[in-house]
Amino acid sequence: MAKGPVKAYDRVKSARQNGRPTGVDYIEHMFTDFIELHGDRAYADDKAIVGGIALLDSRPVTVIAIEKGRTSKERVAHNFGAPHPEGYRKALRLMRQAEKFGRPVICLVDTSGAYCGIGAEERGEGQAIAECITGMMALKTPAISILIGEGGSGGALALAVADRVWMLENAVYSVISPEGCASILWKDASKAEEAAESLKLTAQDALALGVIEDIIPEQELGKDTFYDKLRVKISRELRELSSLEIQELSRRRFERFRNLGVPETGGDA
Amino acid sequence: MPFIEFLFKPKNELEKGGRQSAEVASADENEPSKPCPNCRKMVPLSQLWANHNTCECGYHFRMNARQRINFICDQDTFEEWDGGLASRDVLGFPGYTAKLENTRNASSETEAVVCGRTKIGGVDCCIFIMEPYFMMGSMGTVVGEKITRTFEQATKLGLPVVGYTVSGGARMQEGILSLMQMAKTSGAVRRHSEAGLFYLTVITDPTTGGVTASFAMEGDIILAEPGALIGFAGPRVIEQTVRKKLPAGFQKAEFVMEHGFVDAIVPRNIQKETVTKLLKMHSGGEKVG
Repeated sequence: MAKGPVKAYDRVKSARQNGRPTGVDYIEHMFTDFIELHGDRAYADDKAIVGGIALLDSRPVTVIAIEKGRTSKERVAHNFGAPHPEGYRKALRLMRQAEKFGRPVICLVDTSGAYCGIGAEERGEGQAIAECITGMMALKTPAISILIGEGGSGGALALAVADRVWMLENAVYSVISPEGCASILWKDASKAEEAAESLKLTAQDALALGVIEDIIPEQELGKDTFYDKLRVKISRELRELSSLEIQELSRRRFERFRNLGVPETGGDA
Repeated sequence: MPFIEFLFKPKNELEKGGRQSAEVASADENEPSKPCPNCRKMVPLSQLWANHNTCECGYHFRMNARQRINFICDQDTFEEWDGGLASRDVLGFPGYTAKLENTRNASSETEAVVCGRTKIGGVDCCIFIMEPYFMMGSMGTVVGEKITRTFEQATKLGLPVVGYTVSGGARMQEGILSLMQMAKTSGAVRRHSEAGLFYLTVITDPTTGGVTASFAMEGDIILAEPGALIGFAGPRVIEQTVRKKLPAGFQKAEFVMEHGFVDAIVPRNIQKETVTKLLKMHSGGEKVG
């Protein structure tokens, strides 16, 4: 039933759907010899973020995924993919480790947002995200982030300050959930569909706004061919990014974000 | 100021007595006054202004950006930058154009941040001050751009940056582009920092969301005003998520400092002095470039 464009809110539902491949599915299918590395060396190991070293086409890489879990039991264990501050601190630790050993970083982002809880606030959720953003911006090694499902606000951005950011065809990337937006602006969470449309949260919107570089088609989502194609694409991109001088890479990464949302009319100073 | 701690015990908004609007004592005269949300006395406006918008119980009322400039900058030294930069409805978000117009009229500001160059206690610096009465200091593309430019100018000029934050977070009406401002501003802060320059943050009530999760928490030194709400998620959202009572004083500056995320709480009666001292302590050394 091909009729008209897909509604933004249908993509939101699709991005959230149980049964959609999660971070660990990508790790299992695209990489080999994955060794998970735990903990932030300060407080705890946050299972909402799974990270470690693996081989991508026989090249060592650091892979960091926000993991929602595939079964109910897993989802509880991974806190439904809502990281605490220690998750972001672990991610940053692994990124800096990657930098030291010249490994590229690949982030797989899938979260409704950083966790809203008492402990998360007490341990500095805002500070942890800020540090991760700045840390990733300054990272002296190539980084690619792929939004594979939900890209919920600052909790997603923290792992998406990369040289290349891609989104799956039905992934969404938003400053706030459509439900949250509708309830704050219109005091009515049932207007989420309208909010989803207005927030410009689809991959197509993000591409048009220059927020991402590419969209990954989903026709074969979850099949071996899907992972193969994505792996080849990552490998090719990493080769290109690795050919750049580190200074140049940093400069381009900063410029990439610097140029987002520059008003057309200049200032006066 | 230990006596201030003694007098003023901030509460989170969901705590008993945390957000009371009913005032007890009435003003002595017919003088215009307004109720203090903390001690609930009526505070005469003249007294409020004389004390930099604070009540004698220690409660700090909000200040708009221009009041802050008068309060912190040396007289007639503030030179505004990019005052003409104004947000537009880039995404076609329902009601945004009207909202911008209303908020501009209500606040007399064109955007939720005022930036420029000034002297504080005689020390040359760049400054940005967020505006609580402009869409609750929310960060859209223009706020991100102005703050980014402030850091870029400061880096070029080799000057420190003093930043006053107050914000409900990223601005929903500019969608994903608002979110990107967190990365953009953070990148500019980073470059300023790499040049060996000093960035001082003063967090004021309330600072939440995308601003907490970016430049508010990136200062070399982070000060806060007494009782300021500082957090990533808002208290109501958290209570709905965890379905538990929030701890006493949750997310208040004092609580946040106790947990290690703020360097010091500085009430307004010693704020200019403290900011000046810090600026001076960071302007002694030889700087390359």
